[in-house]
Amino acid sequence: MHPAPSIIVFTTFSGLGFGLMAMLGLGAGKGEGWIAATFCALALGLAGAGLLASLFHLGQPSRFLKAFSQWRSSWLSREALLAVATLLVFGAYAALWSLAGLRLAALGLLAAALAVATVFATSMIYAQMKSVPRWRSPLTPAIFLFASLSGGALLAGETRPATVLLAALGVLQLADWFRGDGRFAAAGSTMATATGLGALGRLRLLEPPNTGPNYLLREMVHVVGRRHSRRLRPIGFTAAVVLPIALLAPGAAGHLTVGLAVLAHVAGILVLRWLFFAEAEHVVGLYYGKR
Amino acid sequence: MTSLPASTERSLGLVIDLDTCVGCHACVVSCKEWNTANYGAPLSDQDAYGARPSGTFLNRVHSFEAVPESGGEVPRVVHFPRSCLHCADAPCVTVCPTGASYKRTEDGIVLVNEADCIGCGLCAWACPYGARELDQAAGVMKKCTLCVDRIENPNIPEIDRQPACVRACPAGARHFGDLADPESPAAKLVAARGGFDLMPEQGTRPVNKYLPPRAPVDLLAPLLDPLPQSAGGFLGWLDRALDKF
Repeated sequence: MHPAPSIIVFTTFSGLGFGLMAMLGLGAGKGEGWIAATFCALALGLAGAGLLASLFHLGQPSRFLKAFSQWRSSWLSREALLAVATLLVFGAYAALWSLAGLRLAALGLLAAALAVATVFATSMIYAQMKSVPRWRSPLTPAIFLFASLSGGALLAGETRPATVLLAALGVLQLADWFRGDGRFAAAGSTMATATGLGALGRLRLLEPPNTGPNYLLREMVHVVGRRHSRRLRPIGFTAAVVLPIALLAPGAAGHLTVGLAVLAHVAGILVLRWLFFAEAEHVVGLYYGKR
Repeated sequence: MTSLPASTERSLGLVIDLDTCVGCHACVVSCKEWNTANYGAPLSDQDAYGARPSGTFLNRVHSFEAVPESGGEVPRVVHFPRSCLHCADAPCVTVCPTGASYKRTEDGIVLVNEADCIGCGLCAWACPYGARELDQAAGVMKKCTLCVDRIENPNIPEIDRQPACVRACPAGARHFGDLADPESPAAKLVAARGGFDLMPEQGTRPVNKYLPPRAPVDLLAPLLDPLPQSAGGFLGWLDRALDKF
């Protein structure tokens, strides 16, 4: 799949923002007044910037309001509704906390639940795709949720929970690479099932339908992006998981090291998100003799 | 509403004969022509006369080569037109966040209401067959409409009230009909020739069917003069002399 910068930026930063909202809603982040306002503004800013980035991905961005209508059937519509609901509820929680010094636990809990549900809805957009076997796994929502929550814990400065969440994210990511590499073959789609011509013998594409590029190839058969995946995997994993855990080790954690851990984590998640799209192979590639 | 109908009154679709298709791309061209000039946003091209032309097509013809596993037999070339299969369980419809994508209850045709499409591209991702293309000029999703503006159009001659691709095919490799009606010519053809679904493992239950290529039969070979295996005169003498040499 095409690793579009707008979607990578959107999923990474909105994930961080909603993760921070979940953590703050659960009572993380000490302080009041300006400190509380800074935490909340960061969460709302990250999530808002991410959502704004997602608009750039649309062919007709001005019609985005229509996307709130199909929540009964569409995960994308559910994501849009949940995101707005989270921003509203967390906004109320943030205003009461930073302006009146009032931290309503119930309201925070509701904001946290909505934030987690939003990230889950985002992940289900990908996990529901039968046409992209690598994504179709419970590990996809698990990785999105743990990436979001560990990033949120890091931003909130909650070093102990962050370490645990990062470790869980690492295990899930390794499991997904281990299992994901075989999912396309396991799904059973081949050039033979795609064309129904398997009985005739070994198939190969003799002539593609067009000599130049097309939308399908640009969007869904993106082979350049995954060329360096074996090199990018350790880079992304180290930056997103290993470095932050090392920097948060007891005794080492201070404002500076937590800041460095956040930077490393965000850079790492951007790399891992790039790989999430670049490594995903769509079955339509079979019609083009590619994956 | 982008929920799928539980059932449709009819299941209009195409039957594509892979035995007969000669790979001429006439269906591709006629589809592009009709759907650029009629229903919805035109099918745009980018850099049409430049070095890297690219454009929106609702129907594309691939050519595959099959090499028999047994060896000995000659490889076969099969031309393979690929367009929307108007699936009963269309995954492209349910992912749509705006309700722009829908499957018609009356005839099962999968359509896009372009005025509601935000161009998010999710339906094109969900389709395993690559049937949907986001038009780069209009920013909305384009797909085969089964020529809804032809098949029920009282303003055109009755013979033209079928999809443009079917009307254009010079080999008679494309058939249009109600595949839910076992008495329709299209459904009978599927039953007689063993029509099959593409990627059944995807669980989409396509309406369109493909007919497999028949075993190769060379009808004309027995009627041709056989090639001479021996010669008389000087050439015959030379042939025999060289054999002994």
